[in-house]
Amino acid sequence: MDTSIKILIVDDFATMRRILKNILKQLGFKNLVEADDGTTAWEVLEGQSIDLIISDWNMPKMTGLELLKKVRETDSLKGVPFLMVTAEAQKQNVIEAVQAGVSNYVVKPFTAEAISDKLEKILK
Amino acid sequence: MDVKLVNPFINATINVLETMAFVTVIAGKPYVKKDNVAVGDVSGVLGLTGVANGTISVTFEEKCILTIVSNMFGEEMKELNNEITDAVGELTNMISGQARRELEEVGKHFRAAIPSVITGRDHSIIHYTDGPKIAIPFNTDNGDFTIEVCFER
Repeated sequence: MDTSIKILIVDDFATMRRILKNILKQLGFKNLVEADDGTTAWEVLEGQSIDLIISDWNMPKMTGLELLKKVRETDSLKGVPFLMVTAEAQKQNVIEAVQAGVSNYVVKPFTAEAISDKLEKILK
Repeated sequence: MDVKLVNPFINATINVLETMAFVTVIAGKPYVKKDNVAVGDVSGVLGLTGVANGTISVTFEEKCILTIVSNMFGEEMKELNNEITDAVGELTNMISGQARRELEEVGKHFRAAIPSVITGRDHSIIHYTDGPKIAIPFNTDNGDFTIEVCFER
């Protein structure tokens, strides 16, 4: 995996951003950016180049699914890999995310190995 | 209240804490709680709607949640602060999500609200419906916590 890429972590809970950052740092990723909801994430995406988005689903203002759809509708961003990390894993949610173009899906609670496996699949 | 609604929350609580915080959790005997006083120092409360309406809460003793969050962060947490309350909210969220997945497998669909967190010794937990409050105590090596499940009659 190319660990020099810039990753945007989006979650309204600081706890989850911190856990994900810890895991990503352990995997060798150092170029990490955070946003606490979809709206803030969109501002980040408009202002800088991001190579991978890791986003929660259930957030105020703009959900992870809304962010995903917006990314996929934007020419300059539609190729950016998008990993959804969420407690929402009802079948309908998964179908909606796949239809919207999610690259992969991790269900909370998760292990560091689960995140690593999904990233390897996305970034290979 | 359908007691089959309770077991998924017990299973989810054990799995979430073992997976995210590497804590071994032992469930005690469920009981019907008569008052609103929390059995601990910090609670996450979350509303559910669907085949039944209700709330779940997760209440931790201070020592217990400090150990859990320390394990989650890989860093020692020494006091109840905003980082701890944020973590309790996210743990409540994850427990709800996993329990709802198990309930969906038997055809019971629920939607969850965003959790709220309450702190302080002897704080109150107000459930949104008047159904029985089923409390399940849990024991860890570093203190206890209790989940409450309350659905409309």
